Amino acid sequence: MPGRPRPSEAYVEPRRLSDPQTWADQHGDYLFRCAMLRVRDRELAEEVVQDTFLAALQARGRYAGQSSERSWLVGIMKHKIVDQFRKTCREQPVDDPDALGREMDNDGTFDEGGHWKLDQTAPLDWPDNPAGILERKQFWDILKHCLGELPPKMAQVFSLREVDELSTEEICEAMQISSANLWVLLHRARKHLRQCLEAKQFGRSPA
Amino acid sequence: MIKLFYSCAEATRLISDAMDRSLPVGGRIKLRAHLFICRFCDRYRRQLQFLRAAVRWDISRLVEPQTDPSGLSPEAKERLRRRLSAHSE
Repeated sequence: MPGRPRPSEAYVEPRRLSDPQTWADQHGDYLFRCAMLRVRDRELAEEVVQDTFLAALQARGRYAGQSSERSWLVGIMKHKIVDQFRKTCREQPVDDPDALGREMDNDGTFDEGGHWKLDQTAPLDWPDNPAGILERKQFWDILKHCLGELPPKMAQVFSLREVDELSTEEICEAMQISSANLWVLLHRARKHLRQCLEAKQFGRSPA
Repeated sequence: MIKLFYSCAEATRLISDAMDRSLPVGGRIKLRAHLFICRFCDRYRRQLQFLRAAVRWDISRLVEPQTDPSGLSPEAKERLRRRLSAHSE
């Protein structure tokens, strides 16, 4: 029959959402872990998941089936996380971001002249083939561990910027911090993560 | 005195900044000059980019149950189920 796709290959059934009753079991844990990564607080993370499901329920009619149900939910959750930050920032002002990472800045990475200490802190030549590294579960365990070492505010801005790819303006607005403070926080987060990865993954024994 | 070169401490700060904003032309040139002569800062720059690529590549790896066994408590799940059914009617 001309013009009609053969059912076996060309025609793909448009994706439909599953019964919302099953969402908690299907996606609850996954969304919760994603939320924990950003908000680092069980109660807040549960709240974010709940807000996400309720918003998804309302937006159900607009699901076009272009992404999987899960990535659709994750997309909604991003907005809910930003909302959550807005709320908590209003309720409890951000601590002085400078104080948050001050100790990390004077951590002896550089000598008095501001240069790397050879054989101690100078970045090693990481092995090539980053793709290979990313396939290994160990790498993700280490990265997770290193993220866990960051002070909460620092981990939050890092996740919003690098994981959720929010613009710096959006993050400043949601977290109510100046862009100068944001850049300092991001710098310290990246510096610490790099150092931690190098120590744990690429084998520089701690100085 | 105008400093001609950045220290590594300054350079690392600007390497990070450059990932979030465009640096003024002068700063960009001085940073490039520093990276040209300092292989450690050049490595640092590449490693930060690797870090960015890694988390953007597949964040789900960070929240896989094998990496992260945590999840919602059974009570929280029950609450969610109840709220979802209350709202979907």
